[in-house]
Amino acid sequence: MNYHTPASFADASRIAAEATGTTRFLAGGTDVLVQLRADIVTPDDLIDIKHIPGVKAITRNADGSWTLGVAVAGAEMTEHAELMADWPGIVEGMDLIGSTQVQGRATLVGNLCNGSPAADSVPGMIAAGATVTVTGPDGSREVAVEDVPAGPGRTTLARGEVVSAVNIPARGENGGDAYLRFIPRTEMDIAVVGCAVNLTRDGDTITDARVSLGAVAPTVLLVKEAAKALIGTTLDDAALEALAEAASAACNPIDDKRGTIEFRTHVAGVLAKRAAGIAYARAGGEK
Amino acid sequence: MALDNKTDFKYIGTRPERPDGLDKVTGKARYGADAYAPGMLHGAVVRSPHAHARIVRIDASKALALDGVKAVVTRADFAQDLEGEDWNLLENTIAGEKVLYDGHAVAGVAATSALIAKDAAKLVDVEYEVLPHVTDVDAAMAEGAPVLRDGAADHSVPDGLHPNVVRYTEFGRGDVEAGFAAADLVIERSFKTEAVHQGYIEPHACLAQLGTDGKGELWCCTQGHWFVRRMCAALLGLEATQLRVTASEIGGGFGGKTTVFIDPIALALSRKSGKPVKLVMSRSEVLKASGPTASASMDVKMGMTKDGKLTAATGTFRMQGGAFPGAPMDMTTMLAFSCYELDNVHHEGFDVMTNRPKQAAYRAPGAPMGAFAVESVFDELCEGLGLDPIDARLKNAVKEGTRSSFGPKYKAVGLIETLEAAKAHPHYSAPLAENTGRGIASGYWMNWGGETSVSLAIGEDGTVQVGVGTPDIGGSRASMALMAAETIGIPYENVRVNVVDTAALGVNEPTHGSRATYASGLATIEAAREAIGKLCQRAADKWGIDVDAVEWKDGAAHPSGPNAGDFEPLSIAEIAGEMGSTGGPITGHHDASPTGFGGSFGTHIVDVHVDPETGRSTVTRYTVIQDAGKAIHPDYVEGQFQGGAAQGIGWALNEEYIYGEDGRLQNDVFLDYRIPVASDLPMIDTVIVEVPNPGHPYGVRGVGETGITPPLPAIACAVSHATGHRMTRLPMSPPRVLRAIQGKGVS
Repeated sequence: MNYHTPASFADASRIAAEATGTTRFLAGGTDVLVQLRADIVTPDDLIDIKHIPGVKAITRNADGSWTLGVAVAGAEMTEHAELMADWPGIVEGMDLIGSTQVQGRATLVGNLCNGSPAADSVPGMIAAGATVTVTGPDGSREVAVEDVPAGPGRTTLARGEVVSAVNIPARGENGGDAYLRFIPRTEMDIAVVGCAVNLTRDGDTITDARVSLGAVAPTVLLVKEAAKALIGTTLDDAALEALAEAASAACNPIDDKRGTIEFRTHVAGVLAKRAAGIAYARAGGEK
Repeated sequence: MALDNKTDFKYIGTRPERPDGLDKVTGKARYGADAYAPGMLHGAVVRSPHAHARIVRIDASKALALDGVKAVVTRADFAQDLEGEDWNLLENTIAGEKVLYDGHAVAGVAATSALIAKDAAKLVDVEYEVLPHVTDVDAAMAEGAPVLRDGAADHSVPDGLHPNVVRYTEFGRGDVEAGFAAADLVIERSFKTEAVHQGYIEPHACLAQLGTDGKGELWCCTQGHWFVRRMCAALLGLEATQLRVTASEIGGGFGGKTTVFIDPIALALSRKSGKPVKLVMSRSEVLKASGPTASASMDVKMGMTKDGKLTAATGTFRMQGGAFPGAPMDMTTMLAFSCYELDNVHHEGFDVMTNRPKQAAYRAPGAPMGAFAVESVFDELCEGLGLDPIDARLKNAVKEGTRSSFGPKYKAVGLIETLEAAKAHPHYSAPLAENTGRGIASGYWMNWGGETSVSLAIGEDGTVQVGVGTPDIGGSRASMALMAAETIGIPYENVRVNVVDTAALGVNEPTHGSRATYASGLATIEAAREAIGKLCQRAADKWGIDVDAVEWKDGAAHPSGPNAGDFEPLSIAEIAGEMGSTGGPITGHHDASPTGFGGSFGTHIVDVHVDPETGRSTVTRYTVIQDAGKAIHPDYVEGQFQGGAAQGIGWALNEEYIYGEDGRLQNDVFLDYRIPVASDLPMIDTVIVEVPNPGHPYGVRGVGETGITPPLPAIACAVSHATGHRMTRLPMSPPRVLRAIQGKGVS
């Protein structure tokens, strides 16, 4: 195995592009190192991107948007009061991953590029309309988060491409987001269903919304029909029922050791209603 | 040995600091994997990826060609002429003609590093002929099920049963049909439980040295090193006393460390390579290839009169314990109805083989499953007849002199006392929140005595060392120290208890059957009394009086009265300080297989909230009430109560072995084998009831195992009451509970 510590994303991209075997980028390592030790993936080239300047930075831009470095750990997000105030749904999704020790290492980008449909931080990013900057041999491009996963363990990124930043839009006025997951236990578990809702209110009326579901399809989903069920409503019972129906209808899950098709499909609707309630309250100013 | 009727305890019943605390919190305690030896090699095990297959060929040439690989062992490197349980043990340790489950060991490799050993294991080329498999107990008994091994059944199995049924039991008394006819309500239900793992935090680990001269040393993590010695000696063809086994500190066992898995492989690798070999299991290997408990399929029928008296009970218990005989159906049948006075009772038990790992003991082996079925039906009878579940239990509860459902009459036992304490506990009358149900259940474990050998020696400063052979998995060193301190009359801090190796004492059974505090404790007291006799003799010699005129109290020899003479008392330190010149070392020793062990009853109260939209259960309040006989160190007793409840919560709600269609274990990591984490549990309240065991000087009963018997039914009853649907299948995972709530039945 070759271990690399490039000083720039251009270098990281070049190393990855030239590599011929199995390549992995190493940020927090909470998936890569576990897979290595469990004999699931033994990379030929391991490219550690933590040495690139700026990867640990959380930056609030002049327009109110956020740029997060690719090695920012979950614990650093949780302890960032302003980020937490703007995007509690994204932060709480990230915070649900693993133990306290894992939170000291795990990153948003790692969670996204691991390609798990059950990734807890991804629905929150998708609901927020976040993008990632991707650096490749031909320069950089900006990709919507929902366009990154391709299926379990796979992404749409080409060989030689590496995520170099996470971009989260400005929160704006009267907005709120929330993420809920279902696990049978209270922690140290993996989502059986995950749901993030992000919405904006004008008074009591929802003017804009995005809904994302995890662990109910081969990739994390952006569910436009579920958002439509919310927009223009005051989150009344009819809207909640329509939301739940749209969420359940979008599910295409599997039966496995973690949950059944019928269970995931039903609970996706339940979580959508509950997450929408929290996001709505947050958009209305409740902490 | 009789009860002393001593009630004025000075040390027993106090809560001093644990003797192993500092080493454990500072990381100095040495567990199984913390041993090293010069020139040590690292082992790895080649395991079957199939549930059932014939081994056509094993080719280790590529592994042996790898730089750093020093030895490969297969079945040919072990004893060849074994029979009975020794053969079963060897067949489970390393496969012979067939692999019998996913994870079954096929070969062992030793190399100069753990990484090389792991790579070499992948290079061992095993050719398999895959065979049909079966992992479910009911499927394994059905006509046409794949046969694991012909001729494995013993004489107890009636003709006409499937060859996978290897043991059968049937017993009872009275006329059950007449009993059911006399009942006002009869309930009959079928139940199923899944296999679960003990979940000890420390994986199996050992360091082995074995020479071609047949002399060996083994350091390992175990509940019983004499058992390990006997098993390893048999599997490797050694003489028992030529193998010295030392037990490491132990990170949990719960019964699962009373047998061997990797130790014989490490010894064989050492014998072949001529080097010490360390072997450590991964968590995945522990889950796949150590000894989880049995799964069960059960039918229970019980009748009750409208005033709450049981009239008859029958139970059929089908248990699978993996690819070998040994599922604990004898314990399940024996204890199923053990709480109740029954004139008409009948039991039937089946031990069934499947393509799963050989089951091992798990805390009250077999009892929780039977209790789940019986206590659930009892609860439903109470519900149907409008009776309070504690009052109804009190109407049927066994007491001293009651003939048990399995035959013998009970000695003094504390079931009624735990039920009365439960009824009086504020938990029982506390209001319930919405979507929350309360469950009550009782349970029993009869406990055990077993071969025991203890030595005690007085130090030159009058402090005391005690050597015991029962590894300390639940605070036994502190308990032994308290009993020695009480007996001799010296402070707890002046006693050090050591778990010594197999070369230092006669045979000791493991710390199992909730026996250590009872049996090693009794032997410690007797050894202390023998030493006291010798201390008194030294004082008598010094004073020139008869030893009968010397009395031992408060850690010193005293003249027994005015007629004995006027001498200043001689303290243990004063006598010990001169012992070299007064006759030499002063020690006490006791060997026994004590039979006065006393069983322990418990009653649990639990509140469970069920989310009606997701089926997710949350235990909101839990109270354990159990008879300890006499609590030597109450902190540890309470810890045992809480631990039993915690493991029962896991078994009831989310833990299960999940096998795929391919017969492979789907959830071989803690992410998916869902043991409760700390935040899943409420603070578990405890009440210690003390009905002294007449068979121990201070009244001790074992307390370790009873605590896992009531949780399964108590939690199932709570969930049933919260949802309005009777839960008959474990685990009560959210998908299963949600189906029940939605009226889709039990799946």
